Amino acid sequence: MTDGNEGLVGRGIRDGSRLFRDWYEQLTAASEQGKGAAYVFVMGSMAEILRVFDLETVFPEINALQTAVRRVAHEYLNQAEEYGYSPDVCGYVKADVGIQLRGGEHPMGRIPRPTLAVLTNACNTYIKWGEIWERLYGTPVFTLDVPSSRSGRHLMVPGTAAFEDDRRYVEQQIRELIALCERVTGRKFDVDRCREVLRLTNEMSRSWKRVLELNRAVPAPFDALSDGTVYLGVLNALRGTPEGSRYFHDLVEEMEYKVANRIGTLHEETYRLVFLGVPCYPIFRRFQELFAEWGGVFVASAYLGFAGGGLHLGFQYDLDRPIESLAEGVLRSVGGVMDGVLFQDRMLVEMLDEYRADGMVYHPIKSCRTVSTGLADSRRWLAQQRDVLSLFIESDMMDKRVVSEAQLKNRIDAFFEGLATKRLRAAAGEAITT
Amino acid sequence: MHIWQDRTLDEALAYCRDLVEDPEFPTVRRWRESGGKVLGHFQVYFPEEIAHAAGMLPVKVRGAPLEARVAESRFGSYLCSILKTSLEVALSGRLDLDLFVTMPICDAARNLAAVWERNLEYPSRILYLPQNANSAHAASYLRKEYARLKEQIEEIVGREVDADDLRRSIAVFNENRRRLRELYEVKRDTPWLVSADEAYALVAVGGLLPREEHNALLAAVVPALRQRPARKQDRIRVVFEGGFCEQPPLELLRILAQSCYVVDDDLLIGLRWILEDVPLAGDPLASLAEAYLEKSSYSPVQHDLRKPKEKMLLERIRRSGAEAAILFAAKMCEPGLDEQVAYARALDDAAIPYFICEFEERMTGFDHLETQLETFVENLLFD
Ligand code: SF4
Ligand code: SF4
Repeated sequence: MTDGNEGLVGRGIRDGSRLFRDWYEQLTAASEQGKGAAYVFVMGSMAEILRVFDLETVFPEINALQTAVRRVAHEYLNQAEEYGYSPDVCGYVKADVGIQLRGGEHPMGRIPRPTLAVLTNACNTYIKWGEIWERLYGTPVFTLDVPSSRSGRHLMVPGTAAFEDDRRYVEQQIRELIALCERVTGRKFDVDRCREVLRLTNEMSRSWKRVLELNRAVPAPFDALSDGTVYLGVLNALRGTPEGSRYFHDLVEEMEYKVANRIGTLHEETYRLVFLGVPCYPIFRRFQELFAEWGGVFVASAYLGFAGGGLHLGFQYDLDRPIESLAEGVLRSVGGVMDGVLFQDRMLVEMLDEYRADGMVYHPIKSCRTVSTGLADSRRWLAQQRDVLSLFIESDMMDKRVVSEAQLKNRIDAFFEGLATKRLRAAAGEAITT
Repeated sequence: MHIWQDRTLDEALAYCRDLVEDPEFPTVRRWRESGGKVLGHFQVYFPEEIAHAAGMLPVKVRGAPLEARVAESRFGSYLCSILKTSLEVALSGRLDLDLFVTMPICDAARNLAAVWERNLEYPSRILYLPQNANSAHAASYLRKEYARLKEQIEEIVGREVDADDLRRSIAVFNENRRRLRELYEVKRDTPWLVSADEAYALVAVGGLLPREEHNALLAAVVPALRQRPARKQDRIRVVFEGGFCEQPPLELLRILAQSCYVVDDDLLIGLRWILEDVPLAGDPLASLAEAYLEKSSYSPVQHDLRKPKEKMLLERIRRSGAEAAILFAAKMCEPGLDEQVAYARALDDAAIPYFICEFEERMTGFDHLETQLETFVENLLFD
């Protein structure tokens, strides 16, 4: 069958991989020309400000995970451990230490040094991490403080006086960040450029939200764990750029096409799953296969929310009040991401319903206390609210020493056997009552 | 009449030691039984004055030496112990609170507010201490954050807390910090008069007793320590670093005290975070906010460009006249373990010897550690 759209299916993966490689080439070129870059993090990259100053952005978290995907993470981790880091600290931090000690050498190219680092408090380890560059290079480090909800029983409400207080604090800090960028680059802030970056980010955010919503379809057009991670790379690397915006526009087109034609992922969709935690990068492909072999498709993943810096929430900046609105956007998206990690309970119930999921997969990891600390308790809570099967497996996203494929497989197989039994019982129950 | 009054110095110290290790929190229990309300605050720093001004007992939640029977199931594998035992004392009813507050000190602790509110009826919250200490707007932000906390406390106690209430409490805590500084002077100037574990117990009970009582205790004990007939011995002077959050067992400090004089440390640094008196004039919440940022100590969980931690440690060593450092970090503690690397490298550069180790609040069996410590000390003494 041909309808003129043959090239559409799989385009997001192809283009995404190409853009991602191009981006690393760009970073390599910058490094070779002796240019520095702004080091930023996925939960609040502040690309909306940094792009205005033409600062190349480097995501140390992405550099780190790429070493795991490319199966060389242990070399970097070992180097950092020899330097003094404990096996129990965040593997991303250690991989970056390894990269820095090797002068930027990375399997995807060469990473420029930090001329500036911008962190948010979305993860406290970001702050410890920034201190490493301060010590190694004297890098100016800016910590953007984004207070999110104080309690899950009273989540922040935009428009209230308390929200406005927090927003103003974020805005004041953004203005301080602008002043710092002006000092570091010797350039003046151009508010019209900023508007343009905000506009492009608005477009990306709208499209990304739509892409995620389209995965509610049966069958789901993409796997949130494997395909989603490719999209996520582009989302972070090209945030606020014309290429990024075009990519996500095209991705919506692809997903709409797939949904309209009931085209699912590469694997048969027997069970729809929600993923919580961080992917298992040391055996990335195999990990997903362990689920796909049973017809398990990840239709949603909280990772696509927090590791996308909250763009999934679709917040639209008001271009008439760029800085004020950026502050509101940061508070809602980065704050929203933090709420999603800490106070995720109701969000999970909604996810289960909206995505018509059959099961939940919890994958807390050694490295990341930000994401992992609350998962066991959140799972217990969810089990009281919903009759949903869940799987709780622990490993790491960097350290293959704590990834036991055989053990994971046993647990995953047992989980699917449980799902199958539950389905049979439900069918039998239906047969009896009808 | 307090329990420790009319006792000998050694008896009073033994009382403190028992209290610190008692997982039943008898002083908090008594407070509740007499109708008082209790605010539990997790490590590291909390503006206790605000709770005190409302008539609540601020209690430092800092784990306990017990098995986390129920709480263990609420957490995954790769987490520090203090999280689990802190939840355990709450879940088991040993520590009954009216409000639980945690601060964004680390990725793990920030999650506690959510875990707590899923498991316990009473409210819990995060107090967002500013993490951009270098912003010109951090203090005014923090003042508002304190005001929000005060409102929640007012709801719990059912009355307003005014500026004079706060000032009275600030005065109590100023006195407390002064007395703790005196105790630390004794440690520094005459470490043979008070051992590391004794000093620790004296500080730690501050997180469990009404602060006026703690003041009275210190007022009685510190002068008595100065009168002790103990004589100086040939021991090395060390700074202990790594006790800002999870607490080492008392036994471990006792072992340390057998071989060295611990002349300064960061144990329970939150109780001693503010280094000078908080002014009583002016807006009390603004003064507290200002003091948190501008007149404060350092720890791995606060980032302030003006206070690079390794320089602060070197300064602590210099000021206390220490010859070596003991660098501890709690197992699975990201900030503590990260900082250990920076501390060790700075000490290497400064050619200051150090002993580096991981610990857990629930550890038992110290023989190996004792031998290692002895070797370290002997090497220094006979170098
Ligand atoms: S702790 Fe988690 S969120 Fe923080 S840097 Fe490490 S992996 Fe990222
Ligand atoms: S011991 Fe370390 S990891 Fe644990 S709560 Fe304290 S600061 Fe966080």
